[in-house]
Amino acid sequence: MQATTPVNEPLKQQIISQQQGEPMLDVRGIETYYGNIRALAGISLKIFNGEVVTLIGANGAGKTTTLRTISGITPPRRGTITLNGQRIDRVAPEQIVRRGMSHAPEGRRIFSRMSVQENLEMGAFARNDRAAIAEDMERVLTLFPRLRERLQQKGGLLSGGEQQMLAIGRALMSRPKLLLLDEPSMGLSPILIETIFQIVSDINKQGTTILLVEQNALQALSVSHRGYVMQTGQIVLEDTGANLLKSEMVRKAYLGEE
Amino acid sequence: MELFVQQLLDGIVKGSIYALIALGYTMVYGIVELINFAHGDIFMLGSFIALAVLGWFGVAINPQNQAGLVQGGFFPTLIIIVLTLLIAMLLTGIIGVLVERIAYRPLRNAPRLAPLISAIGMSFILQNIGQIWHGPAAVSYPEVFPTGTIHVTSGISVAWKDIFVVVVCVMLMVILQTFVQRTKLGKAMRATAQDYDTSKLMGINVNMTITLTFFIGALLAGAAGLIYGLSIHSMQFTIGAQAGLKAFTAAVLGGIGNIPGAMLGGFLIGIVEAMSDQYISSAWTPVVVFGILILILTLRPSGLLGQQVPERA
Repeated sequence: MQATTPVNEPLKQQIISQQQGEPMLDVRGIETYYGNIRALAGISLKIFNGEVVTLIGANGAGKTTTLRTISGITPPRRGTITLNGQRIDRVAPEQIVRRGMSHAPEGRRIFSRMSVQENLEMGAFARNDRAAIAEDMERVLTLFPRLRERLQQKGGLLSGGEQQMLAIGRALMSRPKLLLLDEPSMGLSPILIETIFQIVSDINKQGTTILLVEQNALQALSVSHRGYVMQTGQIVLEDTGANLLKSEMVRKAYLGEE
Repeated sequence: MELFVQQLLDGIVKGSIYALIALGYTMVYGIVELINFAHGDIFMLGSFIALAVLGWFGVAINPQNQAGLVQGGFFPTLIIIVLTLLIAMLLTGIIGVLVERIAYRPLRNAPRLAPLISAIGMSFILQNIGQIWHGPAAVSYPEVFPTGTIHVTSGISVAWKDIFVVVVCVMLMVILQTFVQRTKLGKAMRATAQDYDTSKLMGINVNMTITLTFFIGALLAGAAGLIYGLSIHSMQFTIGAQAGLKAFTAAVLGGIGNIPGAMLGGFLIGIVEAMSDQYISSAWTPVVVFGILILILTLRPSGLLGQQVPERA
């Protein structure tokens, strides 16, 4: 499954040059079960260094499970996951984050009884380089000035948008090479959604590869190099972000067009 | 009035021991949502361990005057006590870790009734160990402090050992609070108490953090064990269950899962006991204490300072 139809030139060249190398994340045929229920029926996807890749699909398609499987929370029963050439499908989540992957989970999952600052500190739990952590804290607070204003407030008292910023900021505090973002736009106002996607794009331009899961297909795909469409635990379509936006299936199913 | 103040002081002394034990209940509940019914018995074993450690240092009961320091001598009392405190805490902490490994960890994902039952089973096992070790009768604890009292006024006096009890308890609480609030591991404990999966994503080893919580809870129970022995001069294999229930009441009164709540609850239960002993009757004191437990559970189940149960989505 490769990009077949033409896309805008610079993006296409970028993709082609990247796809010649080794993928940063290589997921092959993963199957994940909850009890006896198969949530993922053999998912394969690749993410190359520098990309933003979006996973779209309806509720219950398995997008969140895919991210949880990649980050080690719900390990796969079958299949392999390789990060930078190393197998991680049997590695514990607390070790995976030390290998350069960070996951901002669905629903933000802020530590509501801890302050904004403590939440960010937890994001850097796996690191011991104090000076660099302070640098990254500064970077995150520059990226999200609202968090600086609320540094000593309890996470649970933040608004939804602020919590989302905190969740992304916290995930950045481990200085990841690959960032998994699960529904960063969920429950936010249209203006905030715009801001969040702008920030996602900025983070990518600063050198972080991103795997994004979104309901909000239009905006997600427009900031993505490539995308995958999921249905009932399987990937049914893969293409560049621009092509998926033009695809009839995506337009009908996820953009509400007839 | 003097009588009231005297009872208040006595209550604070008793209460600080309850507070130390209550912390173990509340910390463990905060992180695994389990009432560790074996915790009172860990406290009892801690007291026996501390007695044994005192023996190593040559501090034992003198049959003539019940004083403890006669065979010791070459170490100043305070150093012996501090060393005993540290060693007993460490050994009791290890018991706490073993209890978690044996009785609770294998049931981490089992229905909630299962670890509750294994907790009760563990409580019986520890009590039996205590009984085999020291027999069914009460064991005397040596008197190591100067027996005189400090008279604040003619009607109010404080014993030297009471000062020791309160100072050590308050110091341990301050250290605990600093650890939990300020250090990286303490913050990891708070994070784990709120959300296992997200804590894992941060790089926190959740199992190790839970073990650490049991260790710290048992450390404090070990300290309480020595302090109780030196203060009351007697320990019996059943005391753990009794004191444990009162400390549990203290933890619920303050708000189970809430660390400052357990401290407050401990002091309050100690004071209520002292007042009840004085103004009602010591025979009725358990009724008063457990009556409070029933009242909180019906009227304010979240306790005085509010419940801090994990908010797992």
